[in-house]
Amino acid sequence: MSGIEIFEIWIMAFVTLALFSFLYKDNPLYKIAEHVFAGLSAGYYFGLIWDTVIVTQLWQPMIGGKWELIIPGILGLLMFARFWPKYSWVSRVSLAFYMGTASGIFLTSQLHGLVLKQMQATMLPLVNGDGFGAAALAIIVVIGVISTLAYFYFSKEHTGALGVTAKVGIWFIMISFGAHFGYTVMGRVSLLIGRVQFLASDWIGSFSQIF
Amino acid sequence: MKTTIPVAVAFVAGVVLVVSFFFDEGTWVGGISQEFKIWMTIVGGFTILLGAVSITRVNWSAVQRKKEGWPYKLLTLISIFVMAIPSVLPNTWSPLFGRDVGSIYDWLFTYLDSPMMATMFATLAFYIASAAYRAFRARTAESTVLLVTATVVMLWRVPMGEAFLNMFPGDIPNWLNTYVMNGANLAVQRGIIIGAALGAASMSLRIILGIERTYMGKG
Repeated sequence: MSGIEIFEIWIMAFVTLALFSFLYKDNPLYKIAEHVFAGLSAGYYFGLIWDTVIVTQLWQPMIGGKWELIIPGILGLLMFARFWPKYSWVSRVSLAFYMGTASGIFLTSQLHGLVLKQMQATMLPLVNGDGFGAAALAIIVVIGVISTLAYFYFSKEHTGALGVTAKVGIWFIMISFGAHFGYTVMGRVSLLIGRVQFLASDWIGSFSQIF
Repeated sequence: MKTTIPVAVAFVAGVVLVVSFFFDEGTWVGGISQEFKIWMTIVGGFTILLGAVSITRVNWSAVQRKKEGWPYKLLTLISIFVMAIPSVLPNTWSPLFGRDVGSIYDWLFTYLDSPMMATMFATLAFYIASAAYRAFRARTAESTVLLVTATVVMLWRVPMGEAFLNMFPGDIPNWLNTYVMNGANLAVQRGIIIGAALGAASMSLRIILGIERTYMGKG
């Protein structure tokens, strides 16, 4: 293990322990790591967008002859008008272009790519040669989808048939949320194991190289 | 003018994208739509840059006025500059510039930003445990269902827990996978996706028609 590698391991161990120190209580070491993290993340996205969007998709094609890209370039720069209150309304034009384009994409993609596809995948033939288990599963999915949608339908009071269906929906939702919670906990715990493993093997292991 | 022009721009951009759905990419309408999508990516990129500049301004102002905790904010500013400035300089000047392996940007991401991100999320494991204690108290039948499902799924996801579940008759892991994950859970996710997609589509229509204008802010 070279000196540089040991230095890198110690840097990683320092920030890891500094952030974990918050578990005891808020302290200056944690605050230092937190603010460095915030700054590095902002810098990271700045560098990423600068390279992948501004240089690759705007500047290089533009100097290659695609001069119409000056329009989104100007629209992008107009965003910065927000810093001058008198002219901040100008940034609305850029934002409106972004929102309008995104809405145009969403309107069709959400209906065609999600609603219809999900409904199609829900309505399956019960007798398809896969046996009773598959048919039971298809029925569970249909009941689950309808009752979940009924639960989230707030335009009518949940009484009568709608109320019963919404009640069934709550049970389905609780099962799903429970499963998701379980998955999330396990995901976070596996990250924790990863950090503890790093400290226990890499960092503690580097002690023998130094001392 | 402050509202009419943006609403008109949103309408034109939205209508072009909706109409282009019914045309092939090779047609002129499809071409305009493709061009608009690239333009959207570029304008969206500028919003991220705007965010970074905004963070810099806010922190710089706090440092100048020596507000409470200003040394930390100065640290944030230094971190932004140390990460961002070398990344925008061409790597033809020095291998330390740019975003390639071996650059300052890459080193800071690998040895500082990435472990800090993992630690931040790992810290949540402790807080999620205390949240679980509050959420998992079996007060009602519904919360008991949530408690049982979460516990069983957590057990199922670790080898020791799966071995424990296999001690019971009825192949519980397979039953969980079939009826809980691919049955009830799938159905609820599908219901939520359909509901959210319908909501997103109606919101998109409102934006295109100029009914929804809250994204413009006040003034």
